[in-house]
Amino acid sequence: MKMWTTAALGTAIAILGSTAALAACPVTEGRINIVGNEFPAIQSVAAKALECAEGIEAESNLTADHQKINVAGMSGNPAEYTSAIIANSSIVALINEDVIRPLDDLIAAHGQDIAQRQLITIDGKVMAVAFMANAQHLVYRADVLEQIGVEPPKTYEEMLEAARMIREQGIMENPVGGAYAAGWNLAEEFVNMYIGHGGEFYKPGTAEVSINNEQGVATLNMLKALSEYMNPDFLTHDSNATSAEWEAGNVALMNMWGSRTGVLMDSEGSEPVVYENTKVGPPMTVGGGTNPASTLWWDGWTVAKNIDDAAAAATFQALAHATSSALLNDETMGQAVWLMDGYKPAPVNEGVLAAVAMGTTPYPMLPYQGLLHTALGDNLAEFLQGKESAEQALADVEAAYTAAAKEKGFLN
Amino acid sequence: MKHSAFFWFVLPSATAMLLFIFFPIVSIIVQSLYVEHAQVIIETENCGPFGCTPTTMVDQEATEALRREQPLGRFAGFTTYLDRGHLAVNEVAAAWDASSGWRDFGGRMLNLPFYKAMAFTLTYTFIVTPLTIILGFMIAVAVNGAVRAIRGPLIFFSLLPMIVTPLVGSLILFWMVDARGIIGATLQALADDPGLSVKASTPLMWIMLMVYGVWHAAPFAFIVYYAGLQTVNTDTLESAMIDGASRWQRIRYVVIPHLLPLTTFIALIQLMDNFRVFEPIVSFAASAHATSLSWAIYNDLGGETRQLSSAAATSVLTILGVAILLSPVLVRTWREFSRART
Amino acid sequence: MSIKAQEKPLGLKVFVLVFLTLWMFLAAFPFLWTLWGSFKVEGDFFSKADWANAIFGTLTQVETGDRFTGQGYHGAWIQEEFWRAALNTVLVCLFVVTISLTFGTLGGYALSRSTYRYAFWFLIIALIFRAMPPITLVSGYLPVFFQWNLWGHLPTAIIVLVAINQPFTLWMLHSFFKNIPQDLDESAMVDGCTRFQAFRHVIIPVMWPGVITTGLFSFLLAYNDFAVTAMILDQQNQTMVPKIASFLGTTQTKGNVMFAVAAVVSVTAPLFVMIMFFQRQIVSGLTAGAVKG
Repeated sequence: MKMWTTAALGTAIAILGSTAALAACPVTEGRINIVGNEFPAIQSVAAKALECAEGIEAESNLTADHQKINVAGMSGNPAEYTSAIIANSSIVALINEDVIRPLDDLIAAHGQDIAQRQLITIDGKVMAVAFMANAQHLVYRADVLEQIGVEPPKTYEEMLEAARMIREQGIMENPVGGAYAAGWNLAEEFVNMYIGHGGEFYKPGTAEVSINNEQGVATLNMLKALSEYMNPDFLTHDSNATSAEWEAGNVALMNMWGSRTGVLMDSEGSEPVVYENTKVGPPMTVGGGTNPASTLWWDGWTVAKNIDDAAAAATFQALAHATSSALLNDETMGQAVWLMDGYKPAPVNEGVLAAVAMGTTPYPMLPYQGLLHTALGDNLAEFLQGKESAEQALADVEAAYTAAAKEKGFLN
Repeated sequence: MKHSAFFWFVLPSATAMLLFIFFPIVSIIVQSLYVEHAQVIIETENCGPFGCTPTTMVDQEATEALRREQPLGRFAGFTTYLDRGHLAVNEVAAAWDASSGWRDFGGRMLNLPFYKAMAFTLTYTFIVTPLTIILGFMIAVAVNGAVRAIRGPLIFFSLLPMIVTPLVGSLILFWMVDARGIIGATLQALADDPGLSVKASTPLMWIMLMVYGVWHAAPFAFIVYYAGLQTVNTDTLESAMIDGASRWQRIRYVVIPHLLPLTTFIALIQLMDNFRVFEPIVSFAASAHATSLSWAIYNDLGGETRQLSSAAATSVLTILGVAILLSPVLVRTWREFSRART
Repeated sequence: MSIKAQEKPLGLKVFVLVFLTLWMFLAAFPFLWTLWGSFKVEGDFFSKADWANAIFGTLTQVETGDRFTGQGYHGAWIQEEFWRAALNTVLVCLFVVTISLTFGTLGGYALSRSTYRYAFWFLIIALIFRAMPPITLVSGYLPVFFQWNLWGHLPTAIIVLVAINQPFTLWMLHSFFKNIPQDLDESAMVDGCTRFQAFRHVIIPVMWPGVITTGLFSFLLAYNDFAVTAMILDQQNQTMVPKIASFLGTTQTKGNVMFAVAAVVSVTAPLFVMIMFFQRQIVSGLTAGAVKG
C-alpha cells in the first residue's frame, strides 16, 4: 500500500510540475522541427517538446542517421530543421558549418529558468543547452568478485589482475567485456585510455596530431592486455553485443556506458544471478594516473540559424520546457542522467555521477577531433590482431588523420 | 528508327537519369577536385556541465568570407586522388624504396587503406561472381528437372535469400555464426576446436562474407537461368540424343552455349554488384578484417566530420574500376551491336 | 530439358535430389529459423548462452509464462504502427514499378529499334551510371532536396528510385524487345501507323511477359531499398525497411529487436503469395527477354 501511495504521489508531483511549467509552454507561433538520434531519452524530450505546439507545424525526425542529414537539413534557407539534438562530439560539425545560432537573446527572453550548468558556452556565446550526461564506467558482477575475494577494481591494472584470477579459478573463460568493435567504438576506447595515461592528442595550439608517443604505446598495450581476457570476437562487439555477452553471464568486468547499464540490471533477458549481482562503480584510472580513463559526454539541443525569429522562439521555448523538470516522471527518470533540476539519481546512475565527481575529462570538442576519431577507428584493429606493432598502428593513424585534415583545410 | 522518334521515346528515361544520376555524378567529380578552405582556427574557451576547458574553434566570420569568395573550396586538382586515403602515390613509392622484396612490398601496400580495400574487393568479386553463376546454374537445372507440381514452392524458397531484407537477414546470420550460435557451434564441433571463432579470424571472416555473397546472389542467377532453360530448343536436344550424345555432352554442347548470352548478362550485373560490396561488411561488423571501396565511402560520410571530397574521389575511382572490370563484356556487346547493324 | 523419354540414371537422380534438398535447406533455413524465433523473446532468439534456447524458448517461458509469445508482432503492428510503413511501401512500390516500366518500355523499345551508334553508347553510359554507389548519390541529393523543400516526401523517393533503377530496367527491356521481331511493328508502319501507334497497337499487346519480369525486379528493388529511403524520407513517410532499421536502432532498446524480426516475417507472407502468382510470368518473361544479354 505504501509503495502505491509513493508512486501516486510521484505522479501527482509530476502533473503539478508540468502544470506549473506549462505557463511558458504552449507556443502558438512559428514552427518546430527536431532532428536527432533515436534512443529513448531523446524520444521523450522530442515528444515533450512537440506537446507544446498548439496549432503550429511541429515534427520530429529521430533516426540513427541524424548526423548524415542534420547539416544538410539546417543549411537551406529557411532550414528544414529548427533544432538538432546533438552530443559534444557532433555539435562541432554544426559549428564548423555555421548552421546554429547563439542562444543568448532567447535565454534572456524565455530561458531564465534554465540551470546554469545546462548551458554550453563556446567563445562566450551559449550555443546549446545540455539535458543529459553520459560516461563510461566500471560495471562488475558482485558475486564473482566476492568469490575471488577482491574489491571492485579502481584501476585497469587491478581489473587485469582480477580478470586473471577469475580465469585461473575457472569461473569464466573471458571475464572482461568491452565495446571494442573496429570503428567508432574502438576509437572511443583509445581516447578514454589515452586520456587516462595523461596523453595530449595534438601539438599545443595546432591541429597537428601527436599520439605516436610513450602514452600512445602504453594505451595500445593496455587495450591489448584487456582484449586478451575478452571473447575472441571482441573486434566485432559494439555496445549491443557487449551487453548481450553480459546478460548471458559470460562477463564479470567491463567498462560500459552509463546509459546502457539500466537494461543490464532489469529482470529481462538474463538470469537472476546476473541481474541481481550487476553493480556499477566509478570509472577506473590507469598507469598510476589520477585522471579517470574515461570521457564525459552530454546530449543537448541547438537552434538553427537560418530560420525566422518566430520559429526560433517557438523551438527554444518548446525545448526549454521539454528539458526542464516538467519532463521528469517515473518513466523518464530512469532513462538518463538528466542535468535539470529535480532529477533524482537511481543506484544505476552512480557510475556516471562518480565520473562527474572525479573530474573526468569531457570528450574534446575540437573542430578536427572527429577526423582523428575516424582515423583511430580504422587503424587500430590490426595492432590488436597482432598484425603490426603499436608504433606502426599509431603512425598509420597519424598519416590517415593528416590526409583527412589536409582535405578539410585544418592542415596545409 | 528515326532520330526524332528515338528522342521522344527515350526522353522520360533519359531525363530521369540526367537529373538524378548524371548531374550528381558531375557534381561529385567536381567535388573530388576541390578541398575545403584553409580553416581559420581561433583559440577560445568553452563551458558546459562539466566546467570550462580551453579549446579551439573555427572562426566563422573569416570562413564565411572565404566561402563567399570561392563557394566550392580550394581547387586541388588530383591531390585528393593521390593522397594516402586513395591512390597513395607517395606512400607506394616510399614502400617500394624501403621494401626488401615482393612479400614485404605487398605487406606495406596492404597497410594503405585503398589497396587493402581493393585486395578484398577484387578477391570477393572474382570468387563470388563465378560461384554465383555456377550455383545458380545448378539450382536452375535441378529445379527444372523437378516434378511440375512442386516447382512453385521450389522457386519461392530458392528466391528467399534475395527477398528477406539484408538488414535483418544478415543480423540473424551474424548471430548464427557467433561462436555460441547454431552455425558457429556446429563449425566448432565439425572442426573439433572449441576455440574456433569465425568472427575472430580474418581468413574465416573473408570466407564467411563470400559464402554470404554467393548465398544472397545465387537466386538472381537461378531465376535468369531457369527462364533460359525453358527456351532450349527441344529439337536440337532430341537430335543430339539420337546422335548418341550423353547427358553431359548434351549439357555441354547444347544447353551451355544456349545459355551463354544469359551468362554475359548475369556476369555484367554481378561483377558490378560484387565490386560494390558493402552491406555484408557493415552488417557483419567485419571492417576489422575486410574493407571495400563502398565501405570506405560510407566510412568517410558517416564520421562526426564528413569527408565529402574524399568520398567523392573514392566514388569516381569506383566508377573507373567498374568500367575497367566490365570492359571485356562491353567490347563483346559492341561487336554484337556492330554485327546487328550490318 | 524435361524430356520424358530419357530416364535419368539412378545415381544422377540421387545426386539431384540430394543437391536440391541441400539447397532448399540452405536457402530456407535462416528464414524458417527466424519464423520460429519470432515467437520468442529476445533473450532466447539472440541467446549468447545457448543457441538451443531459440528452439525451446527457455527465457520465453520464464518471462511470459508460455513457450510462444506474440509480443514481437503486437509491438510492431499495434504499438509501433508498422502498418503505416507498410502502406507507404505499397505506395512506393506501386508507383516505382509503374513509372519505371513506363519509362523503361518506351526507352527500351527505342534502344532496341535504333541502329545508330548513339543507341549503343546510351546503353553503355546507362550501365556506367549504375556503377555509382547509391550512398554517394544520396549524399549529393540532400542539400538540393532540403533547399527546394523536396526532402521527406514520398514522390521524391519514388522518382529517385525510378531513376536509380532505370539503367537495369532499360538493359533488361532492351534485350527483351530485341526478341520481338522487327517485322511486327515495321509492317504496321508500312500500313500507315506512326512509330508510337505501332508501339501502342502492336508491341504493347505482346510485351507483357518481359514487362512483368522486369517489374518484379523493380518491385524487389523498391521493396528492399534502404540506402535511399532511409536518408530522404521523414518519419511520417517512412517505408518498411527504414522502419525495421529504426526498431533495431543504434542502441537496441530491449524488445524492439524482436519487433524487427516479427516485421520481417510478416512482410514475407505477401511476397510468397505474389511469387506463387507470378512464377509462370517471371519465367516466360525472362525467356522471351534477357536471353540476348
